[in-house]
Amino acid sequence: MSALAMPARPEQNASVRPLPWRRMIWVTWRQHRFPLTGVAVLLGGLAVYVWLVGRQLHHAYALASACHPAGSPVCSVLASSFQSMDVQLSNGFVWQPLPALIGAFIGAPLLARELETGTFRYAWTQGFGRRRWTLAKLVLLATTVTAAAAAFSVLLSWYYQPYFTAGNQGRFLTALSPLASGLFDLRGVVFAAWTLAAFAIGALAGVLIRRVVPAIVATLVAYAGLALAAATFLRQHYLTALITKNVDVPGTALVLSQWWTKGSQFAFGRAPITLLQRICPPPPPKAGPGNFSKSDFVGQCLSRHGYTQLTSYQPASRFWSFQLIEGSWLLALSLLLIGVTIWLVHRRTA
Amino acid sequence: MNVIEASGLGKRYGGTWALRECSLTIPAGHVAALVGPNGAGKTTLLNLAVGLMAPSAGSVTVLGGLPAGSLAALDGIAFVAQDTPLYKNLSVADMLHLTRNLNRRFDDRYVKGRLDDLGIPLPRKAARLSGGQQAQLALSLALARRPRLLVLDEPVAMLDPIARHDFMATVLTAAADDGVSVLLSSHVLAELERVADYLVLLSHGRVQVAGDVDDLLACHRVVTGPTAQADRYSEGLNVVHARRGEAQVHFLVRTNGSADPVPQGWEAHPVGLEELALAYLREPGAAALPGPARGDDAQLSAAMR
Repeated sequence: MSALAMPARPEQNASVRPLPWRRMIWVTWRQHRFPLTGVAVLLGGLAVYVWLVGRQLHHAYALASACHPAGSPVCSVLASSFQSMDVQLSNGFVWQPLPALIGAFIGAPLLARELETGTFRYAWTQGFGRRRWTLAKLVLLATTVTAAAAAFSVLLSWYYQPYFTAGNQGRFLTALSPLASGLFDLRGVVFAAWTLAAFAIGALAGVLIRRVVPAIVATLVAYAGLALAAATFLRQHYLTALITKNVDVPGTALVLSQWWTKGSQFAFGRAPITLLQRICPPPPPKAGPGNFSKSDFVGQCLSRHGYTQLTSYQPASRFWSFQLIEGSWLLALSLLLIGVTIWLVHRRTA
Repeated sequence: MNVIEASGLGKRYGGTWALRECSLTIPAGHVAALVGPNGAGKTTLLNLAVGLMAPSAGSVTVLGGLPAGSLAALDGIAFVAQDTPLYKNLSVADMLHLTRNLNRRFDDRYVKGRLDDLGIPLPRKAARLSGGQQAQLALSLALARRPRLLVLDEPVAMLDPIARHDFMATVLTAAADDGVSVLLSSHVLAELERVADYLVLLSHGRVQVAGDVDDLLACHRVVTGPTAQADRYSEGLNVVHARRGEAQVHFLVRTNGSADPVPQGWEAHPVGLEELALAYLREPGAAALPGPARGDDAQLSAAMR
């Protein structure tokens, strides 16, 4: 054994210089390579799938949108072949659990496993320092999962692009709102932001619950609650909704509510049946060539009787404003949760 | 230099004090044993010293005044926790690399030589090592950091006798050859005589005995005599613990170093470390704390009865 100089070296009693951050890169990779590889394989596999079905979708869309004149029998066939393609993907809900899964399986075990197995007693007594160790791991993993989610979301944006193209309605093609829940949070910056938030929720749950599996479950539950609340209550109020008397709200707008007024007074949300029977009896059964639906008839009838339909909506042009608003609060929330996590680790008593 | 200095140190969980009014000084260059029954606060004291816990009261500094848990303190202290936690899914080589990355100093040659001697293969996963090998790996990693203070929490509790012997041999070699100060906790008293030259006895969250083993042994003795005269004789003595038989009574006496002659019919013997520790553990009210009393010690001495 080589001799250790016992007399204190001059540096030893002074405050030591912290170890370089880059050392944590290897440490983090070596300890989290399996879940990270899992995420890479999952996203990689899904990316290949999205790319393959996306090419077909784009091909079908290119044919359908180039067809002239719209509404002709040939074009109707092409349109319906585009419409019927990947219907299970078109509402976007199938991708919703992805950020939660990435966040829960990378974020929750990060500290929970150390606390559950007792290895924090090793990790937090090494020369690197407990707070710096935590900060380095959180930042490295948060950056990695956020970047991976951002890359995947670019692919999803490309996939869904045909549905948002202006002029779809005129060609009898599906027009979806980029603000619709299920689609809004797949594109732009928000998909990555939700993944970061799920990771931050997971990290905090891990340090609070201190056991891996319950922390993962808690993360999924908390994330689902937050995502649902945001989609249901929050998102539509980011900016004041526009109100229009125009019945033909573009299909890419997010319609919030519709109601009727008479003489600038609120009349009703949905016309009472008794009123309809009295002033707008059902049209004769021999309805025309099909592009004259019942609601159009009722609407026109009510208008003739002095009622005006108002629609509040968020226009599709607000997509990026909404993205920035949601991205910002999610980023702020994530940073807050990560800050709380580091603070808890700092004062956590073994 | 003192490797540990605690003053008024206390740690409370909810309403219970795991450690209370602990004032303690352990000088460098010792193998110090922290002894006490289960729940006496040994692990709490060690966790406070290595900075895993923050105290509820008082303060603790290490290695000549560094705040426990500071980067400078972590740099000089290696800690092997109870049950020697390792990353079970990492290989031995990975654990080495991990520890090298997380510390300023890491003696690769030393640790590889030791693992070679122990027959621990580098590619093996930590989970597949025996309990003794895991303990040895954790100890080797700690020593490879070239610490000035090695802190071990119940290091041998889970080991079989051979592994226990090998483990303690490694610790003692490091202490003797490299001058590493050692603080180890144990509730196995039998080991201590061979290992420790400084004793800290904790009981019910308080420091009961603290001192150099030679000094402690020099100022205690066992006095044996007829039970009938026991009460008369014991009046002038500082009796720590009395063990009464039908005919004979054994007093463990604190003598302050002077070997006063004993009355006729009585015999005096030197005391062993295990016997001394047991006597104090059986008498939680008694205390033997180091000489030139500092302010904090005076309070404790007052509680001596």
